[in-house]
Amino acid sequence: MSSTLTPRARARARQSPATPRGARPLRLFGERLSLLVRPRTLALCLVLVAVCVLTLVVSVAVGDYEIPLPAVPAAVAGYGERLDVFFVQGVRLPRALTALGVGAALGIAGAVFQSLSRNALGSPDIIGFTSGAATGAVAAILVFGASRVAVSLGAIAAGLATAALVYLLAMKNGVQGYRLVLVGIGVSAMLGAVRDYLMTRAELTEALGAQIWMIGSLNGRGWPEVVAVWVCLAVLGPLLVGLGQRLRFMELGDDTARGLGVPTGPTQAIALAGASALTGAAIAVAGPVGFVALAAPQLARRLLRTGGTTLVGSALMGAALLVVADLVAQRALAPTQLPVGVVTAVIGGSYLIWLLYTEWRGRRA
Amino acid sequence: MSTPSDATSRLHGQDLTLAYEQRVISRDLAVTIPDHSFTVIVGPNACGKSTLLRALSRTLKPAHGHVHLDGRVINSYPAKEVARRLGLLPQASIAPDGIGVADLVARGRFPHQGFLRQWSKQDEAVVAEAMASTGVSELAHRSVDELSGGQRQRVWLAMVLAQQTPLLLLDEPTTYLDIAHQMDMLDLCAQLHDERGHTLVAVLHDLNHACRYATHLIVMKEGMIVAEGHPATVVTADLVQDVFGLPVRVIPDPETGTPMIVPLDRRGVSR
Ligand SMILES: Nc1ncnc2c1ncn2[C@@H]1O[C@H](COP(=O)(O)OP(=O)(O)O)[C@@H](O)[C@H]1O
Ligand SMILES: [Mg+2]
Repeated sequence: MSSTLTPRARARARQSPATPRGARPLRLFGERLSLLVRPRTLALCLVLVAVCVLTLVVSVAVGDYEIPLPAVPAAVAGYGERLDVFFVQGVRLPRALTALGVGAALGIAGAVFQSLSRNALGSPDIIGFTSGAATGAVAAILVFGASRVAVSLGAIAAGLATAALVYLLAMKNGVQGYRLVLVGIGVSAMLGAVRDYLMTRAELTEALGAQIWMIGSLNGRGWPEVVAVWVCLAVLGPLLVGLGQRLRFMELGDDTARGLGVPTGPTQAIALAGASALTGAAIAVAGPVGFVALAAPQLARRLLRTGGTTLVGSALMGAALLVVADLVAQRALAPTQLPVGVVTAVIGGSYLIWLLYTEWRGRRA
Repeated sequence: MSTPSDATSRLHGQDLTLAYEQRVISRDLAVTIPDHSFTVIVGPNACGKSTLLRALSRTLKPAHGHVHLDGRVINSYPAKEVARRLGLLPQASIAPDGIGVADLVARGRFPHQGFLRQWSKQDEAVVAEAMASTGVSELAHRSVDELSGGQRQRVWLAMVLAQQTPLLLLDEPTTYLDIAHQMDMLDLCAQLHDERGHTLVAVLHDLNHACRYATHLIVMKEGMIVAEGHPATVVTADLVQDVFGLPVRVIPDPETGTPMIVPLDRRGVSR
């Protein structure tokens, strides 16, 4: 802490001590409506929305076949040159919208899992959901030679089954966060062995298909995928965001939350089911895209400085992360297309390390 | 608030069996918290004090029997309604990474808030007062994870006070505090009891503190209540020997006249 007062410190000193940091009271209609607004959070959410929209526009315009920016709106609406319309409506727009939807779904789901397990590692990647889904999909591809839809359904079923198994194994007088993570790691390791075994027995081409599925990719995703992920998001997103405040209370400990009047049992069950379904939808559409569910909630809470889980922030961060990563995956080594999962790990990972590094250094100073 | 009905107190439980899954902690327990009392629960480690407090605050559902709050089974209330009448300071709470002190204390307003009412002037005033009475106003804009254990404990108490409940259940509110802050905490509790007429239930480890501050003492052993009443009538050397297995002398506290426990010197003395 420096001894001279920075402008921010002076602003804090002026603020009523009871008002939480970085928040301003907003009271309207003779106090019938009273809110706490956090300008920083609002501003950064708007920035994230802007990043999503800009990246969406750029994704639609650039590629081996370039479309000039002014021609994009017409092509989106279905007018303009036939080839423009084909690329925009048929290929690039659905792909970018899928990226946004999958990213948002993974961001929310990751935030819910992390909040419930009170552990930054408690994302669907770690607690076994992703691993279960991947094993289900690999088994569907290699053992049953299943179609794409069947692979997705197999992945969801296996993911839910694995999550339920991990949950049951970790349960003893309620679920403790670290137990969930440990059991999840154990179960994931066993499922990984099953996958490896299946791979060694598979034909080369089939094994390659399964391998690509496991990295996660948005190649060739069309309107059916857009509809699937956005319908799930439209139903489950508001439900989970509505539970967000209760989840933040449950982070204080179950007894504390219950003492404050939060029904912890039902909240936990609904949130877990909703987040599992969102993860399932995301995996079914894009495969197990790594790292978004783990990194987006952490990035959001550090950037927005909310001192707790922020579901809206995590959704926006996840969407931005995935749509940017997908643009990079398409263009970085063009014409070679990278699987988006590779890029999310690189971008998200380095950003998270940078944020943690600056945060720790700032604390020591 | 309506006045309590004649014979029964606002908070009591009969015939309680308290258990964690198959593991029964207390059986056939009957407990009554006298209205407007400062009730202190004492007993050896792991005898079920926290478990009883959790049952009284409906944090733990009894395997058998019911806890009654204001004449109704406590589980029949909506959760927020209970939280407006009864506040709980659990033995352990978790401060999320990076949360600010004022943020945390403001959480105590949750049972009073609604969708359109998130932060009224009253919320603000109550939070300011809760922080002032626990002496954490200067810390308002610090992060909770930067605080000492004692400061943190006072922040948690401030959160419960911000709940503004006439009944307060405090599980070991003086742990982590140095002797001066322990006395501050107990004086604050006594003040809430004497001046505001709040009913307090606290689990304390220090028998001398318990005797000095309690108007009603509940002594527990192995899940049972073995004695209760005013400390002056309850606390004897035999009781302490029986419950804690510690030979003591009980003398009047030179300051207050309440019972004071002095352990016998066992060094070199064969028992
Ligand atoms: N969540 C729990 N699950 C299982 N057993 C528990 C749990 N909490 C407490 N216990 C057990 O219940 C008994 C009483 O614990 P507690 O009420 O916390 O004791 P005290 O507060 O008197 O020290 C102890 O034996 C303890 O191990
Ligand atoms: Mg205890």
